[in-house]
Amino acid sequence: MSDLALNAEHVADAHDDHGHHSSLGLSNAKLAMWLFLGSECLLFGALISTYLLSVANFIREVVAGNPEVIDTMGVGSPIMAEIAEAHSVEPMFDIPFTSASSFILLMSSLTMVLAHKAVSEARYRESRIYLGATLFLGATFIAGQVYEFTAFYREGLTYTGNLFGSAFYTLTGFHGVHVSVGLIMLGSLLYLSMRGRLQQDRAETVELVGLYWHFVDIVWVLIFTIVYLIP
Amino acid sequence: MALIEEPVALPAGAPSAPSTVKKPLGAFTRPKNPTGVVDWLTTVDHKKIAIMYATAAVLFLLIAGSAALLMRLQLAVPNNTLLDGDTYNRIYTMHGTVGIFLVVMPIASAFANYVMPLHIGARDVAFPRINAFSFWIYFTGGIMLNTSWFLGGAPDGGWFNYAPNSGVAFSPSNGIDFWNIGLIIVGIGSLTGAINLIVTVLNMRAPGMSLMKMSVFVWMILVTQFLLLFAIPVITAAQVLLSLDRLYGANFFNVAQGADPLLWQHLFWLFGHPEVYLMVLPAFGIVSEVIPAFARKPIFGYSFMVFSGIAIGFMGWGVWAHHMFVSGMGPLSVSAFSMATMFIAVPTGVKILNWVATLWGGRIVLNTAMLFAIGLVIQFTFGGVSGVSHALAPADTQQTDTYYIVAHFHYVLFGGALFGFMAGFYFWWPKVFGHKLNEKLGKVHFWLMVVGFNATFGPMHILGLQGMARRMQTYDASMGFNRWNLVATIGAFILGIGTLFLVVNAIYSAIKWHQAGKPDVGPDPWDARTIEWSIQSPAPAHNFDVDPQITSVDDFWYRKYAEDENGQLRQVATGAELAQPGNGEGVHLPAPSYWPLVLAIGIPIIGYGVIFSAWLTIPGLAVTVVAMYGWLMEPGDDLDDVHHGDDEHAPELVAATAEGTE
Repeated sequence: MSDLALNAEHVADAHDDHGHHSSLGLSNAKLAMWLFLGSECLLFGALISTYLLSVANFIREVVAGNPEVIDTMGVGSPIMAEIAEAHSVEPMFDIPFTSASSFILLMSSLTMVLAHKAVSEARYRESRIYLGATLFLGATFIAGQVYEFTAFYREGLTYTGNLFGSAFYTLTGFHGVHVSVGLIMLGSLLYLSMRGRLQQDRAETVELVGLYWHFVDIVWVLIFTIVYLIP
Repeated sequence: MALIEEPVALPAGAPSAPSTVKKPLGAFTRPKNPTGVVDWLTTVDHKKIAIMYATAAVLFLLIAGSAALLMRLQLAVPNNTLLDGDTYNRIYTMHGTVGIFLVVMPIASAFANYVMPLHIGARDVAFPRINAFSFWIYFTGGIMLNTSWFLGGAPDGGWFNYAPNSGVAFSPSNGIDFWNIGLIIVGIGSLTGAINLIVTVLNMRAPGMSLMKMSVFVWMILVTQFLLLFAIPVITAAQVLLSLDRLYGANFFNVAQGADPLLWQHLFWLFGHPEVYLMVLPAFGIVSEVIPAFARKPIFGYSFMVFSGIAIGFMGWGVWAHHMFVSGMGPLSVSAFSMATMFIAVPTGVKILNWVATLWGGRIVLNTAMLFAIGLVIQFTFGGVSGVSHALAPADTQQTDTYYIVAHFHYVLFGGALFGFMAGFYFWWPKVFGHKLNEKLGKVHFWLMVVGFNATFGPMHILGLQGMARRMQTYDASMGFNRWNLVATIGAFILGIGTLFLVVNAIYSAIKWHQAGKPDVGPDPWDARTIEWSIQSPAPAHNFDVDPQITSVDDFWYRKYAEDENGQLRQVATGAELAQPGNGEGVHLPAPSYWPLVLAIGIPIIGYGVIFSAWLTIPGLAVTVVAMYGWLMEPGDDLDDVHHGDDEHAPELVAATAEGTE
């Protein structure tokens, strides 16, 4: 009997698993989110490997002057000549611009943490400010990506033109879709909060969205480093 | 009792402390006490979902099996013209794809869903609605894949669809698009299922059940789900790349642009090799329960069984390139993967040895379940040995793409996995349906399958070593393949009839049982070892009246049998005496829901849209979004009944048990 009583007490203590028995002391939803993110690592791992291989092959063909490749960004494109000379796709990128948008995305992780803290401490007005700020920073990042895609397209880098275009737009686009899904979740949280339905006992929901959001940020750190900084 | 799932993002109806308003948003209601078809369409009960998994898998098995028989008919005699080359390509592609993704994996899911929560003493899985969704998305995705037969032709690139052969230039019909999109959709179900089952195993074990007190079956399911968790995103990425190439003109596998089509092989087999382990490990788990039950001995070397399973899970990630020894990837890679492949035979060998050692000295009951289990041990050993012969790269270069490979993987997948599943069907049938399958018919079933199986795939070893290439639509009479091909075809038809005996036996046994006035088979008809036999048959909707307290592996067995003063094992109680009465009073079960099914209908519509017309994605997206928000906003099922502690259900039973133990 004492076992049962202890167990009931333990359950009452375990705040964030809503009173359910859990063998690990971690709530089901949080464990599930971690597993999902583990799975996402492999998805991005596969896409990043594909990007690295595709860009290496692209540069090899450009340097070798493959006629099928050399004109895929417009006949006599100056950027293609620069790529051939630099043996890298670096001339394509506007590093200061992307650094700025990366910084904005990373800052959104900070506001996300603050939002979670505010909800768990029942400071709801503040939590809405931080959720809104996260939403705004994330949306700014997406806007930056739209601008960047447009600029690249104007420079002649199309999705179907060559390997680099396909690989670049796919990898960064996949990440952009992930950020956008995060924005939808943040918007839903903000809506719930304004309806008074996001209170202290739901802090874990904010934490789960936060886990996803931080993951998306970390993936961007990887992509930014691999795609932009060390080409 | 964690019955109430929290949706990942927005738990509108989660049981809550007084601070949050409890009124459900909007007019979304849950079905109330549905019956008949609606009950099955909206159920979130893991046991009903498991039955649906198995039923759907058997339906798809008819497709895969018919495809196999058509191929064997075509190959029965030389220069046959029954099927033209194009049809033949489509048929072998769908045979493999359907067989792997829509038959073997879902049957494993069926067992995982039914038995695993019972083995760990849980009331349901961690996320019952996601569980229903995993099934429905597998089912609708599988149907979508099979509609390709009527919508321009089934896929024709083989089950691994090597690039660039799978590009539009070489496969202009929509078949491979169906293959990509259909399997991505089925993969969503596998992924959500994997997350759900891992959380269930890790987080919802009964009091006292530490990880090393779980059954070997639960361990194998856990390893399998981790393999799925990490393998599915890789194949999804590969299929997304191929879809982008085919549908939107990307260049990932466009050789003219300098792409390296070997990328496809690496991505595919990085998924594909863990895939073969995640098909066979559940069957290993089933046999690891069946053999101890009918050898009447504990499993030999429990921890070795567990750790060899985990070792297979890890090493399974390091051997994928042995599928690519002839791709010209260089001698260093070839030797590394060759060695890794030889090493992975070690944990597999450990398992074989432990099964044999469990049988050794046991008082063996040779019923149908046990026969199938022994069938797995022997036939899988054959397949394992021919597998090691592929690890030897010089030999493999001779065997690649011959019938020797076909023989090998059917020995592990059919002779291994499917035989294990058959053992599981016979073993757990009384727990699921309340009556045993007929033993006489079962023995006929077993021997037809053994004879048919070996007659079909045994000769393929010889054909392969003679140089008969797989996927060839026909052969010339002068090539010397005639005799064994005819034997294989005859064997295939015996095997087909044998496999049908499962259905025949199921129907026959059910009719007999009804005619006899539904006699009670009892909670523990096999005098078995694990705690699913400590509840009534068929298992009541709430599984356990009270959470079982676990003290050892095979806990139920040690409650029935104890050592006397001479160290002899003596029966101290029967299973029927110990069994819980099946009184679910006061137990709160998760309410059924429409939304998993609706969501699973919306996603394939988007899939059709991607293939045929962007306009179709609009209704698809609409259904999907409505379903997602409906899911999130429907009332939680615990509204009147918030915050039960773990053991407050059926309070009078808790009190009774507690008195009994004091």
